[in-house]
This record gives sequence, C-alpha cells and structure tokens, in this order.
Amino acid sequence: MTIGLEHYLVLSAILFSIGLYGALAKHNAIVILMCIEIMLSAVNIALVAFSRYIVPLQLTGQIFAIFAIAIAAAETAVGLAIIISIYRSRETIDAGKIDLMKW
Amino acid sequence: MGQVISFWLFAVIVIGAALGVVLLRNVFRAAMLLILGFLAVAGIFVLLQADFLAAIQVLIYIGAIGILIVLAIMLTREITMGSPSNKFRIPALIIAALFAGGVIYAVFNTPWQISNSPPLETTTSSLAVKFFGENGFILPLEIVPIVLLTTILGAIVLIKDKK
Repeated sequence: MTIGLEHYLVLSAILFSIGLYGALAKHNAIVILMCIEIMLSAVNIALVAFSRYIVPLQLTGQIFAIFAIAIAAAETAVGLAIIISIYRSRETIDAGKIDLMKW
Repeated sequence: MGQVISFWLFAVIVIGAALGVVLLRNVFRAAMLLILGFLAVAGIFVLLQADFLAAIQVLIYIGAIGILIVLAIMLTREITMGSPSNKFRIPALIIAALFAGGVIYAVFNTPWQISNSPPLETTTSSLAVKFFGENGFILPLEIVPIVLLTTILGAIVLIKDKK
C-alpha cells in the first residue's frame, strides 16, 4: 500500500472540519483564532499535496502555500492585537459577550 | 514502507492535536497541542518533498504564531475560564461533518491526473527561480511586504494605550 494524493486530501478535509467545528462552537476568541490557524494548515497540506502529485515540477502549490503562511502570520498578529484591545476595554474575550456591533 | 508509517504517524498526531485543541478546556494546553500539530504538519511537508516549506512552517508557525498565541493567552488571563462550547455545538458538529463528508466524496469521485514525473530533490532554488525569474510571482511577492508593514502598524495602533 502506498500513500497517494487522496490520503493527503482526506487528512486535509478532516483537519479543516475539526477547525471549522472549533471556530463555530467555541466561546474563547483566542481558541477561535487557533481553530482558524488549524483550518489554514489544512489548506496548506492540500496545496502542497496537489503540487507534489499533479504538477511536481512547477511548484505552484508550494508558492501559494508560502503566501498563505505569510498572510496567516499577519492575520494572527492583527487578530490577537484586536483581542487584547477588546480585553483591555471590556475585560472579557468571550465571543458571545463581544456584542458591540450586534443589531 | 517508511513513508507509509511516517504518514500515518504524522496524520494521527495532527488529527489528535487538532481534536485536543477543540476539546480540551484548558486554553494553555490547547495552545501547546496546537504547536505540536504545527510540528507534525511540518513533518507532512517533508513527506511531500517540500523541504523549504517545512523549514518555513517551523520558523513561522511554531516560532512566531505559537509564541504570539501563548503570549496572548497569558495577557488575557482566561485560562481559569477554560474554553467551553457555546449553544451552537450540535449545529456546528453537523455542519463540520457535512463539510467533511462532501469534500471526501468529491476527493474520491474526481479523476485526478497524477503526474508520473519524480518530484524535485531540493525545492529552494526552484522556488527562487519561480519567485524572481521571468514570468514569476514577483508582483505578489512585492505586495506581501506591504501587507506585513500594514500589519505591524495596525497591531501597534490597536495595542497602544489610549490616552
């Protein structure tokens, strides 16, 4: 038995679903951000697997994955800055209680 | 054979770590498991012959994002609160399961055109050619530093003490 493209894609799908569940069902804003990181990692696995098995000589998937990692780092920095800023003014990071913009 | 064993090992570690992040109530332990998961993802990149990307994964995800998340957890003192689930737990579970089922169904019912050519031995120089060479990705590569600069400025402005 050899490991093929489908193995990596199924792993990526399961990982993305776990992250999706966590992002939808958690109270703590930092945990939600961690689950979004899990989802981004799942996407990176899928991109690199496509790059390895479909176009192994062009590396396009790996380049997309590098951009995805750079944007993920930026997103985490801004997200955590927003969370800490909210914590300073409202003393909570419960996503259910941050309802300033709720109509 | 070794590749098969490594794949299953890394896959089990990644899935277990992700489940731990979602299910554990202690936020700090969840962050530690998240870092373990990132490390296993780097191992999967090595299995996929993406050596440069594996190094980047360790440097940025573990070195930067992991430490940032741990710092944020310590600054917000929500460890004692834990991370309980909200009232959307069952709908979220159903949505996630439906999504996983749909994607896995699509994966197994798509005729992928697998290439038979062997992968590149080292990817770093080829990636550099792709980025900076003729018809490369030089414009997106120039935009990323602007995004990062904006991020730095935005983070500083957001975190600054209001007078």
